[in-house]
Amino acid sequence: MGQTVIEKIIQSHSEEEVQPGKVVWVNLDLRTARDFGGPNVVVNYEREYDGEPVADASRTFFTFDLCTQGSLLRYADNQQVCRLFAQKHGIKVYDVDRGIGTHVLIEEGLARAGSTCVGTDSHMNLLGAIGCFGQGMGDVDITFAFRTGRTWFEVPATVRVRLEGEISQQASAKDLTLFLLKNLGTRELAEKAAEFYGPAVASLDLAGRITLCSMVTEMAGVIGFIPQASDAAKKEMEEYGREVWRPLMADPDAIYIQDLVLDVAGLPRLVALPPSPTNVRELSEVKGKPVHSGFIGSCTNGRTEDLKAAAAILEGRRIKKDVRLKIVPATRRVYEECLRNGIIETLFRSGAIVMNPGCGGCAEGHAGLTGRGEVQVSTGNRNFPGKQGKGEIILASPEVVAASCILGYLAGPEEL
Amino acid sequence: MKEAKIKGRIWVLLGEDGSLLEDIDTDQIYHNAFLHITELKQMGQHALGNLRGWEDFPSKAQPGDILVAGRNFGAGSSRQQAVDCFIALGLAGIIAPSYSPIYFRNAINSGLPVLRCLELPELLAAGNLETGDLVEVHFTDGQGINVTKNVSFKLEPMSQVQLAIWQAGNLFAFGRK
Ligand code: SF4
Repeated sequence: MGQTVIEKIIQSHSEEEVQPGKVVWVNLDLRTARDFGGPNVVVNYEREYDGEPVADASRTFFTFDLCTQGSLLRYADNQQVCRLFAQKHGIKVYDVDRGIGTHVLIEEGLARAGSTCVGTDSHMNLLGAIGCFGQGMGDVDITFAFRTGRTWFEVPATVRVRLEGEISQQASAKDLTLFLLKNLGTRELAEKAAEFYGPAVASLDLAGRITLCSMVTEMAGVIGFIPQASDAAKKEMEEYGREVWRPLMADPDAIYIQDLVLDVAGLPRLVALPPSPTNVRELSEVKGKPVHSGFIGSCTNGRTEDLKAAAAILEGRRIKKDVRLKIVPATRRVYEECLRNGIIETLFRSGAIVMNPGCGGCAEGHAGLTGRGEVQVSTGNRNFPGKQGKGEIILASPEVVAASCILGYLAGPEEL
Repeated sequence: MKEAKIKGRIWVLLGEDGSLLEDIDTDQIYHNAFLHITELKQMGQHALGNLRGWEDFPSKAQPGDILVAGRNFGAGSSRQQAVDCFIALGLAGIIAPSYSPIYFRNAINSGLPVLRCLELPELLAAGNLETGDLVEVHFTDGQGINVTKNVSFKLEPMSQVQLAIWQAGNLFAFGRK
């Protein structure tokens, strides 16, 4: 019987026969913990496995990305707890200088097509963008994975999503992603894997693939894959990999639980208003709403192409007085690339605050929170109440964030 | 072997408009401001602390109580504390039509019974399930009984792995077997 992408990956990492709905034991190629969750892993580990070695230190990593400033004592403490544990066990730490863990795993060639990877990050599944089965898990799971190199997993059924039509010039990967959130909500992919097909996704570069796959989490899906790949994505992956990158294809006779077909032709610019990422509107409906701050970054839109798209709009312009635009490159490598290409300078001259790499806006991240009454337009992936302080978060593409910060109200670059 | 069932008083998570709350995310269950806490005991006081209308839940909940929620419960981040805070309060389990995948397995691994009940919205609409009712749930056959109202209903039986981890206590205890 033919297998879908997720079934193939799990099958190649399990001794049991893989079938949707079945719980099987999966061998893990990588397991990671970050500065949130990581300290809990250490506490669990020392309580449960004191004195016992981790299964394979060379496949185990800490990635600090949430509170890269260590600006609060409790996080500084927690990071140090992880560092000491890592020293004891010979585990490598990608420390606060490196950036978002999942992105670092891609750039370091550690996460690969067809591999399995877990971590204490609910956006671990963005690794689906490169054909890796990444999965976010809680600290109990990760502690167990550190010790045993294995995890149990209920094989999800797969939904095949075909996107028909050519995507319009102005629509970005984020607009496409918001379009899917609007149409699929949190129901269609709930507890399932997805495979996305069609020219609109096949043509995405790596940054765009990551944007889409990262927000499968917000669609309540397990993971999303894009089996077709553009030359740009292949080229970037080959810079990172130790081998030729080829995302896995499903078998022609693979069985899907559902087939969805959506037409993306003429896709307009979109935004998601509070209280959730699925509350998607056309930008034109809400244009003009005053904006106090902007954020460009996160695991969804923090890559060079995202910063470049913003820089193209901010070039030679200034953000409006009294508006703050915070920009956080996903990784140190992205930062370096943007430095080399003059992107950082353009952003800086526009009045933006460019910060060191990391998660930035999420949790109590180093880009700071929003105050009561503050409206922030953000390239992040979540706008749940309280997620980024007391303010209102509107999710949008880097282009919309840049234009809105120049004008002081929600707008696309067409308005400039 | 523990008897594979729970019995307790239920709390139905209704919103201000009286509808069953869906897509409750982990920030509402356990706010990120308390993520630095690593002591289980201290987590209970923050349970549902960011869910409007339910901020006082920790002071009302009693050990053995069961939480009833809408679909996609536990959306959002992977934080284990969103499960641990309920364990700290001594809750017997959670019933919902569906869970976010990460939340579901976090709960299983920590030995907190999480049960899927697809007919939950209909049960509530018909008035067959209300806060304060005494409810009994059997894990292996998915049989549910509202003792207070004398109504029975169906849940999804637990998977073998879920049952085995729950029997052992948690994933660690299970792994040692
Ligand atoms: S950027 Fe935000 S959502 Fe993405 S991994 Fe970091 S904390 Fe999670």
